[in-house]
Amino acid sequence: MYAIEVDNVTKIYGKGDTAVTAISHASFQVRPGELVAILGPSGSGKTTLLTAIGLINEPTHGRIIVDGVTVADGGWVPGLDLKRMRREKLGFIFQAHNLIPFLTALENVMVALEINNFPSGEAKGRAEQLLKSLNLGQRLGSYPMALSGGEAQRVAIARALANKPRVILADEPTAALDTENGKNVMALLKSLAVENHSAILVVTHDHRMVEGFDRIFEVRDGSIIRETCGAG
Amino acid sequence: MNLAIRDIRFHRGRFILTSIGLGLLLGVVMSMGGIYRGLFADALAVLHCTKADLWVVQKDTNGPFAESSRIPEDIKYRIKSVPGVAEASPLSFQTIQIERAGNPFRFFLIGYDLGGIGGPPAILAGRNIRQKHYEMVVAKAMKMALGEKIRLGLHEYTVVGITGKVVSSSGDPAAYVSLADAQEIQFKKDNDAIRNNRERVAADLDRLENLTQSQAQFLKKNVSDLTESTHTVNTVVARLAPGAGLHEVQQRIERWNHYRAISEEGQTKILTKGMIEKARMQLGLFRVILLVISAVIISLIIYTSTLDKIRVIATLKLIGSQNRVIVGMILQQSLLMGVIAYAVGYALISLTYEKFPRRIVLEAFDLQVLFAIVVVICTVSSFVGIRKALKVEPAEALGG
Ligand SMILES: Nc1ncnc2c1ncn2[C@@H]1O[C@H](COP(=O)(O)OP(=O)(O)OP(=O)(O)O)[C@@H](O)[C@H]1O
Ligand SMILES: [Mg+2]
Repeated sequence: MYAIEVDNVTKIYGKGDTAVTAISHASFQVRPGELVAILGPSGSGKTTLLTAIGLINEPTHGRIIVDGVTVADGGWVPGLDLKRMRREKLGFIFQAHNLIPFLTALENVMVALEINNFPSGEAKGRAEQLLKSLNLGQRLGSYPMALSGGEAQRVAIARALANKPRVILADEPTAALDTENGKNVMALLKSLAVENHSAILVVTHDHRMVEGFDRIFEVRDGSIIRETCGAG
Repeated sequence: MNLAIRDIRFHRGRFILTSIGLGLLLGVVMSMGGIYRGLFADALAVLHCTKADLWVVQKDTNGPFAESSRIPEDIKYRIKSVPGVAEASPLSFQTIQIERAGNPFRFFLIGYDLGGIGGPPAILAGRNIRQKHYEMVVAKAMKMALGEKIRLGLHEYTVVGITGKVVSSSGDPAAYVSLADAQEIQFKKDNDAIRNNRERVAADLDRLENLTQSQAQFLKKNVSDLTESTHTVNTVVARLAPGAGLHEVQQRIERWNHYRAISEEGQTKILTKGMIEKARMQLGLFRVILLVISAVIISLIIYTSTLDKIRVIATLKLIGSQNRVIVGMILQQSLLMGVIAYAVGYALISLTYEKFPRRIVLEAFDLQVLFAIVVVICTVSSFVGIRKALKVEPAEALGG
């Protein structure tokens, strides 16, 4: 079974004269434990594709299946609890890391667990363990603004991993980082894909960052123009 | 983990300042309510401490507080003899303003029959008036010391006792003297004025040519009595014997004695509905306006604090938070702010209300109602923020 199946998906923003086709007829599959990159220039539709899979951007046509659940088939499947799908099956990592500014590193991770009905104590233990494994044991009580870019991004990764999601979606996770930190984050994602057996889909426009990825899709003007298999 | 509390903890400076500001506003709302109640208490103070069942006043007047009423002192004997009346005493009221230490000194002077109804309620210091003349009991608010002397009319009066919070319906503190003294202060301006007045009336009578000799002489003889009659009071108050019918006694006095007998209830109505009605409405309206202002301010605060959190809310939605998490955060913050502001307002008013120049009466009921209103305002105000929050798209968390 695939973790992600994208079947002939098209996304058109707007209507009539101002309509923009951001993705057209995209099809691909990602297996659990695979680390896949979507590479393309600005405006090519990478974020649109990622957010459609992430259940926050409704596709216009086509089918999307996440962890065996058909979520979109010419629009969202009616009656589906998208929020629940998001909190149980998906983990998000974004460029602007989106940590909650008034929560400490530890609490930012705990929040993801608590909305998934983990009791507070258990959530705390698990979040602590996760942050320690990402080398953030010293920063548990720090607020996001006191963290470096790399540290903040690792907290965001910890939050995305907290619920052991089947699918992790990352949009330019390294854009705010220097090359070295960026490579570290990518290496971390790689090891997580293997360890957790999660499908990880990473959007980037930086060729240098995709070393070690299992597969790379190149996107231009909304269409996947090339698929290359990486070293892995 | 409580997101509302975490946010407040992080922005504690801003939250505390906002709550204090709102607290000051609620303090004003509370004091306005207290002033409103105080107005009642003041208006009814003399009425309540007199504890009379009936107030006998001049016919066709709403005296003695709302309108002037003058009746002869000696009708007290006639009132006393009405079946059903146990006690009757005359009372005289006048507002006095004199200079004291260069400042205007205003008070309400009550003259009463020593041993009769209507004397000072409770003596806090010193003693009651014992001598028929030149002794005085003053309300604490007059800030006079025992033994202090004050000149009223032709004589000096000595403060022998201090009583509690008795004020006139316009809030001036009350002082008590014997009825005879009060009448003297009221009528015997000074001897020259009396003599002049007597001569003026006599001269007028001389000019009346169509009076017969004997008529003129009779009038002249009585002029001095007429101009010097000081045995006038403003009201005679009465207490009924147990079992006496208020209405019957009232009717009897009105029918046979040609005076108006107002029950305590009637007097209350005259004082509250008539005299302080406008002030009461003014304060009531002001209080409503202040509450509306508080409501608008709370809504604005909640709304802007929600706008500040749009990204946080979008992120929470992105990671799949249930709506109750987001609604709870906004609602709890709003309520917490309301409760803290209420506490600040309450502390403020509790510490200062005794220092207000006029009486502030803080009634538990008013405070409870205000608390309920604050809770409702906070809840309703947070709906504005909640509505905004629920419309936030999770995709809004993505924009750089
Ligand atoms: N909400 C929207 N409404 C209308 N058009 C949109 C919207 N979002 C994106 N687009 C358009 O869709 C196209 C693809 O946008 P998208 O954000 O997916 O690109 P991207 O590959 O992620 O670019 P970047 O690398 O700059 O982030 C662009 O032409 C963009 O202008
Ligand atoms: Mg993008």
